[in-house]
Amino acid sequence: MAQHAGEATDAPVSNGLGRSVQRIEDDALLRGRGRFVDDVALPGMLHAAFLRSPYAHGRLNRIDVTEAQVLPGVHRVFTYADLRAVLTSDRIPLAMPAGAIRFDVDPFVLARDEVCHVGEPVALVIADSRHIAEDALGLIAVDIEPLPAIVDPRGGLAEGAPKARLDCPDNLVARAAMQYGDIGRAFADAAHVVAEEFHLHKGGGHSIETRGVVARFDTAERMLTVWDSTQMPHQAKRVLVRSLGLGEHQVRVIAPDVGGGFGPKFVFHPEELAVAAASMLLGRPVKWIEDRFENFMATAQERNQFWTVEAAFDAQGRLLGIRGTLIHDHGAYTPYGVALPQNSGTNLLGPYVLPAYDLDIRLCLTNLVPATPTRGAGRPQGTFVMERLLDRAAVHFGLPREEIRSRNLIRADQMPYETPLRTRDGGLMVYDSGDYPECQRRALDVSDWAGFAERRAAAVRQGRYRGIGLANYVEGSGRGPFESAAVSIGPSGKVVVTTGATAQGQGTATMLAQLVAASLGLEASQISVIAGDTAASPLGLGAFASRQAVTAGNAVHQAAMQVRAKILAIASNALEIDESDLELMNGRVSLKGAPEMGMSFGQIAGSLAGLPGMALPKGATPGLAAAVDFQPKGMAYCNGTHVAEIEIDPATCSIIVERYTVVHDCGRLINPMMVDGQVLGGVVHGISSALFEWMSVDAQGQPQTCTYADYLLATADVVPRIDIHHMESPSPLNPLGIKGAGESGTIAASAVIASAIEDALSPLGVVVRELPMTPGRLHALMAKATRDGAAA
Amino acid sequence: MKPAPFHYHAPSTRMEALQLLTELEDARVLAGGQSLVPMLNLRLAAPENLIDLNGVADLAGIVMEGRRLTIGAMTRQRHGERSGLVREACPLLAHALSHVGHQQTRNRGTIGGSIAHMDPTAELPVVACAMDAVVVLESARGTREVPFAQWSDGYLATAIGPGEIVAAIAFPCWPAGHGWAFEEVTRRGEGYSIVSVVALLSMGADGTVDRCAIAIGGLGAAPVRADAAEAVLTGVAPGDEAIAQAGEAASELEAEGDLYAHEAFKRHLAKQLTLRALRSARDRAHAGGTGHG
Repeated sequence: MAQHAGEATDAPVSNGLGRSVQRIEDDALLRGRGRFVDDVALPGMLHAAFLRSPYAHGRLNRIDVTEAQVLPGVHRVFTYADLRAVLTSDRIPLAMPAGAIRFDVDPFVLARDEVCHVGEPVALVIADSRHIAEDALGLIAVDIEPLPAIVDPRGGLAEGAPKARLDCPDNLVARAAMQYGDIGRAFADAAHVVAEEFHLHKGGGHSIETRGVVARFDTAERMLTVWDSTQMPHQAKRVLVRSLGLGEHQVRVIAPDVGGGFGPKFVFHPEELAVAAASMLLGRPVKWIEDRFENFMATAQERNQFWTVEAAFDAQGRLLGIRGTLIHDHGAYTPYGVALPQNSGTNLLGPYVLPAYDLDIRLCLTNLVPATPTRGAGRPQGTFVMERLLDRAAVHFGLPREEIRSRNLIRADQMPYETPLRTRDGGLMVYDSGDYPECQRRALDVSDWAGFAERRAAAVRQGRYRGIGLANYVEGSGRGPFESAAVSIGPSGKVVVTTGATAQGQGTATMLAQLVAASLGLEASQISVIAGDTAASPLGLGAFASRQAVTAGNAVHQAAMQVRAKILAIASNALEIDESDLELMNGRVSLKGAPEMGMSFGQIAGSLAGLPGMALPKGATPGLAAAVDFQPKGMAYCNGTHVAEIEIDPATCSIIVERYTVVHDCGRLINPMMVDGQVLGGVVHGISSALFEWMSVDAQGQPQTCTYADYLLATADVVPRIDIHHMESPSPLNPLGIKGAGESGTIAASAVIASAIEDALSPLGVVVRELPMTPGRLHALMAKATRDGAAA
Repeated sequence: MKPAPFHYHAPSTRMEALQLLTELEDARVLAGGQSLVPMLNLRLAAPENLIDLNGVADLAGIVMEGRRLTIGAMTRQRHGERSGLVREACPLLAHALSHVGHQQTRNRGTIGGSIAHMDPTAELPVVACAMDAVVVLESARGTREVPFAQWSDGYLATAIGPGEIVAAIAFPCWPAGHGWAFEEVTRRGEGYSIVSVVALLSMGADGTVDRCAIAIGGLGAAPVRADAAEAVLTGVAPGDEAIAQAGEAASELEAEGDLYAHEAFKRHLAKQLTLRALRSARDRAHAGGTGHG
């Protein structure tokens, strides 16, 4: 760490880590003063509604908008051809480079001649109100000739399957192999092989705030401003610039307060471009707020994976190799590359030594909304597979589940641990730090694993099954290539942070303000943070891959330290006091212990702002500001162990999660309270996936669970107290030693719940191969196990 | 998710409401709105006229008429749940109401709305079924009463006629000291039930069951009485063996599988919840019919 600039003067300065500072966002949010996209109201603003495909697949023969067009209050009804007039290409250019992709399937702004999933936008009505716009939807006559739909990716990859898209030669949109080691040898030498099949399902993002866009095109200035509920304003700007043929100076994207991202708002959806194009064509501001029904049908979601895998073990229960196939339901378009199943494949390794690996991943186009990452981003599935295989092997070898894991865990003295896999940026997947065996040991300890037998016996006396489960995981966080942050102080003395990072409600502003405040001797609440505005930060990536604390956090820390250094240098010169005798406090720099002997930040900033024809302070460069684009050297791998205890009532087949323990290691904690919040939210999302969330689609591709009465999320009454404990293994890859924490809570939840269910039902020999584990599914499993038991 | 245009009417008297209902084409009445408003927003319902009953004062209220507990249609579910009169006269109803939706929706949702909507997973119709409740209908033509057994007319449909509103539900109360129980299994916590069971028992001085009612919801479009199970118990002491037989009988009822629960699971639940409900009703009867549970 010594190579980092500013390190020498760092020592006496608090770096801001480890303090549970109150969130600076909350005052406005809790008082209803947040400003979300739907709060944007502009003079002359019109409202949009989308006509959406009622079919999963069909040929779009004709759209007649005549009747809709004349409904009073309707301004325009746009079809693909109308919007194409202002677009530079037929499709929205979203392709991400990946060798695995066989053909790019970029989406259209509105369906052109084929609809490929239920909910795909077909026409756009602009009216005086959303009510009128929705009335007009019913007046549009659409002639769609239904075509066979691909719903199950296994069928979609079969010989002679109908095509999910007429413009693709087949449905195998991408194929990737993850291979290393001598897999043949591993299985030839195996003392025992575990073979399993899993059907894994994961749900959507389900942010409280749905998607939404307001677009305003100023025809005089030819300037497009878009308020967008997105995780990625800079990416949205790039797509808009390219699609609309505008210059970077003509497009500004603002992500105001965002009521949750969780993945889907990473993806640029057709509506974002359609609303912007409509605003250009009409010369009026246009607002579109997605309703919940649309959110279920048309927002990207995670869905189905089908795994067929086998694991080879030596006689001591050590892994020799894993091989198998993964068939992944990709959906109808590729708005986000193919990282989702790749994360599943790479994360399968988890914290274990796996000498050989051979996974064939096939992505099948289906006539369903695109599958893109939601919190956890495919990792929970990989973790599920590995953890289930270990539990199966433990049963075979007669080993306790913690013991078979201990025999396979990477040891602390092997860190940094180089796996033979490559990440998607081409580098080797290297675990940077951590003590996985100690993490598991602590989890067993704090969850009172040893005392479980008594709790089980008590449940049995009440006629209930009780089980305990265990799962370990890692998560690659802090993905690059960079993030930007700048700190500036003007003559007003106000400290302003601008960043390319974006806030989705997770406390990004507090996190950044806390780090800056520590360097400048202020409180977090005294710092203004502007995130999510392309006009404020020319570069930026945004919120994904549990990355912003790592990337923007280090960027802002370095920027703040540069500003600090400048304040000290200027003040030392002006006050004729040695820098080492100065301190920063309450917006002033002064002689230690003598606050009156000093200058305010505003005075220093004023002296650096320049006066016409006057000299700057001797040797000084203009302005009191610094900007840093932090480029992480590699992914920072956080890790953790989850232990869950559940009870099953055999009469009702209901599963109650009774206890849940997390030991979590995301390196140095910036704000422990906010990290706990992230982990807690992640675990709840994971429990929700394991037990409740199910996006059901019928054989024709019609989604069947498009309200929260049908699609269940975990609610407070079904979530237990979740105990969170931290270890802090600093990442050597960034100066602050931080790792990400945004998604990791979800990653082990499905695996640990399945482990607990199997443990509870071990008298019946039930194996969990399918998610979510609903009461109906559990009943079928228990009934089958009981029949099999009786037959045997 | 915005409703189609409709004309909104807010009558203040019962007569005015019934008049509007007779005169207006394609009209729906709005009670608590917990089901109708989402249906309007999803455009699953798009009536031309909406007659809001919330301003009609004399449609709410709870009274005892002899042994009949009569609850006005616009009585909020939460009001029924907390009513001393309901708890005293019909503890089963007060208890079952505490399982309807969530407290926030019960503050708004009405007893009549739930009976008129007849959601297959709703709790209130199961109670009405077990208690042989009577639905009191009113129209400009007058009043008529429909026994609950004749109320359902298929999925989300009832015997209500044109121009009629549900004015009240009358629950014939069971004698003091009866045993009762409500059991349900939900898809998640306090959510929609998969199967729910109501049991009512009254026992003679000799300890045998002189009257028994078991209603099961969730198996099909409307709750059904478990006649065979009732027959098993009537006239005998409600011992574990008799209850087990009744449970078996309940498991033989017809069930329709749906997206969330297959037929075999529903029948399994019908049996298990019948067992639980009967044991609990028996225990309450033995304890002399304790109040609100």
